[in-house]
Amino acid sequence: MPDQERPRPASLKDLAEHLLSLDDLLVSCMRCGLCQAVCPVYGSTYLEADVTRGKIALLENLAHETIKDAKSVNQRLNRCLLCGSCQTNCPSGVKIMEIFIKARSFVAGYLGLGPIKRLIFRQILPRPRLFNLIIRLSGFGQKFFIKRVNQTVNAFKAPILNPFIGDRRFPSLPDQSFSARHGLIDSEVGSSNLKVALFLGCAPDKLFSGLSEATLKILRYHKVGVFASPDLVCCGLPVLASGDSQGFLRLTAHNLKELAKSSFDYLVTPCATCAANIKENWPRFMDRYLEEEKKAVAALSVKTLDVTEFLVSVLKVEFPPTTPAPKAKIVTYHDSCHLKKSLGVADQPRAIIRSLSDYMLVEMPEADRCCGHGGSFSLFHYDLSKDIGQRKRDNIVSVNPDLVVTGCPACLLQLMDTLSRNNDQIAVKHVVELYADSLPISR
Amino acid sequence: MTISQALIKEYLKITGSSQVLTEDADRLAYSYDAAVLTPIAPALVVAPATAEQLGRVVKLTYDNDLPMTIRGSGTNLSGAVIPEPGDSVVILTNRLNKILEINQEDLYAVIEPGVITGLFAETVAKEGLFYPPDPGSLTVSTLGGNVALNAGGLRGLKYGVTKDYLMGLEFFDYKGDLVKTGSRTVKCVTGYNLGGLMISSEGTLGVFSKIILKLIPPPKASEAMMAIYDDVNKASETVAAIIANHILPCTLEFIDQKCLKLVSAHANVALPIEAAAILLIEVDGAHKAGVEEDANKNKEICGKIGAKSVIVAQNPEEKDKIWTARRNVLPSLARAKPTTVLEDATVPRSKIPAMVSEVSRIAAKLNLEIGLFGHAGDGNLHPTIMCDRRNLEEFKRVEAAVDEIFDVAIKLQGTLSGEHGVGQAKAKWMVKETNQATVEFSKNLRRAIDPKYLFNASKKVI
Repeated sequence: MPDQERPRPASLKDLAEHLLSLDDLLVSCMRCGLCQAVCPVYGSTYLEADVTRGKIALLENLAHETIKDAKSVNQRLNRCLLCGSCQTNCPSGVKIMEIFIKARSFVAGYLGLGPIKRLIFRQILPRPRLFNLIIRLSGFGQKFFIKRVNQTVNAFKAPILNPFIGDRRFPSLPDQSFSARHGLIDSEVGSSNLKVALFLGCAPDKLFSGLSEATLKILRYHKVGVFASPDLVCCGLPVLASGDSQGFLRLTAHNLKELAKSSFDYLVTPCATCAANIKENWPRFMDRYLEEEKKAVAALSVKTLDVTEFLVSVLKVEFPPTTPAPKAKIVTYHDSCHLKKSLGVADQPRAIIRSLSDYMLVEMPEADRCCGHGGSFSLFHYDLSKDIGQRKRDNIVSVNPDLVVTGCPACLLQLMDTLSRNNDQIAVKHVVELYADSLPISR
Repeated sequence: MTISQALIKEYLKITGSSQVLTEDADRLAYSYDAAVLTPIAPALVVAPATAEQLGRVVKLTYDNDLPMTIRGSGTNLSGAVIPEPGDSVVILTNRLNKILEINQEDLYAVIEPGVITGLFAETVAKEGLFYPPDPGSLTVSTLGGNVALNAGGLRGLKYGVTKDYLMGLEFFDYKGDLVKTGSRTVKCVTGYNLGGLMISSEGTLGVFSKIILKLIPPPKASEAMMAIYDDVNKASETVAAIIANHILPCTLEFIDQKCLKLVSAHANVALPIEAAAILLIEVDGAHKAGVEEDANKNKEICGKIGAKSVIVAQNPEEKDKIWTARRNVLPSLARAKPTTVLEDATVPRSKIPAMVSEVSRIAAKLNLEIGLFGHAGDGNLHPTIMCDRRNLEEFKRVEAAVDEIFDVAIKLQGTLSGEHGVGQAKAKWMVKETNQATVEFSKNLRRAIDPKYLFNASKKVI
């Protein structure tokens, strides 16, 4: 693989040289500080090193060797959800995500990964069957140590896990992952004349398998041919967020090989993070792919879609707004950062909700402010993540809904945790589940 | 860094554990503000959470002879919060961010200095009131910073700037003692007008802990229009004519051709890019009929002076479209080149044509790209130089251009800075705009109030 020929930065000077390759991007930050208005981490700590402007200044210092402590820069660099709010709001159009993703890989390359990340990123994630086995065993084991703490949210906690995941509330694991239950799905192009590759992502496949079933139900209902392989692996974002670009490239190569086994018109996913990652981050490493991989990555970046965007914009399913029924449940919608800020999908999920007469959509304040999950960010910075989540929770509760709906599994996890922690009786659902429930039972 | 561990412990005793920053990575994040100047890292950063802590931090710092810089959100454009060289301390006010009172009967608000301008304006708007000053950084700037720099914005012509809303202040002096000035009343003549002294003092005289701001009832109607000109002179004649006809638009903005072209290319907004300049005009008031009358009269004046055409917004969407153009000027200029040097030399309104032609002469002479836009109604234009600070030869020319722009502004009986502040960037120019006696007077005043010269020493007057 060509990427293995690329040496990691071996010295501080070497690291500085790597970072200097980002100099043209770094220099375009004019230090206006407008990122403070939207950065969820800064909104919680008010510390300049936590906001984009500060992080860019630190990277410039590291690139010019005016700071020698790469570890402390790395710590601050990682206090970021990669939510992209700053990039959307940046008046100078600084390519912030490009800077942060690449800088993380340079700095982690220099500092090394650590044994646990190495084990997960390099040994477990690339092996879907081993990963499924671990999940299956955990699913068996969970009943001995998890306890339901909130009926409506359907969240559990497990004191035994506190040392590892904090005092977190989470959903229980299904008996079986979606991929283990279904194996390979490869149905013919239906009357829609379309076939999609269904890329579920780790959370929908292994944790929210009901969401995956709902997605499949919708695609079948609309007569879309589906290719879903149990051998697809993690999209690579958590790996990339930790700066392991080699691990990321291995996962991507694996996924590309798997996806090449079928032909399809679109790649569709109920995971906003997977969609954003495939569209934006996979092409960031063009110079490190093999020739045929390059072509595939470029093609996928165009034809990857969030499932709601696929329904509305490609399939042209009509979602006419309806008058909510007298006993309609009040729903509020949370914009996932990856869905709205990366993919520009905000109207489609709302249109779907408004078309369902059992629900009445009421907007919460700051609907598109980050919930604070950020995938592995939540694992490594749980206190910060909780604090950011609390603001989201307060915004949700302010409109007194029966349920909160979103389009991203990571947001689902965060919303479940924060609502359950506050003893709120508000259900948490993916928009796809709402729509699937409204459809007749298939077959 | 030579600040002793013992002293750091003293700071920690005041503020608690996480709010005293000494690590390199944290200090470097406070070495700059939004001005294009050389960063200087402080030795220590302290973030008090209450006014009481703030006073103790100021006293401790002063007693230990350490230079200090008070910082809100660090968004000023004049280097006013770049730390002092040596073992200096940055004191953050952004955790003092409570709105203490909004008074409906007496139309004022009491706030802590770290309250964000935009959030404050939104909050009072929800209560049916209006706080007009709207600096470009309002979504992040602090009101303490706005007072310290007397921030302006787009509404200066009719509604004034921050100083017109400052009713009272509490601030800590160098001993950490609390000084009070002004009141919650419309009229107040007790004592010296210390608020007048503290406004735009740029952190050189004391440290604000509480601010009383005036609020007003919001306008009920408004009309916006865009006037397009082939000739810059005619645009500025229009500005003078509007005011001579006793119309006071709330906003009267100028955008030159260079900016128009960049906005149209970057933001994909349809604009008259063949025009030499455009004016964006908004009139507002309490009565719809009166506002319409003013708008019609305005349109007439634009036509009479020689606008090629005048487009009046017919609905909120069209109005928004007009202002989208203005909102996109700075982002478009900022994207054109890596570095954006944003100046604000200000001249009497009638001198705008002279200023425009001088700026284009300077741009041609020094071979630089300079966009010109800003608050024409206030004579407050923003010559914006697009460059790359890594190109040292070019940056020398940029500095020369800035110097020449200042010279021209002074020659035209204007001022170095309308709203960005003097800070570190323009302190050396003070003599030129005023005279040696003024500088001496200011320094004597400063010595009396800050005997050790530790409050933001290199800013304002040197």
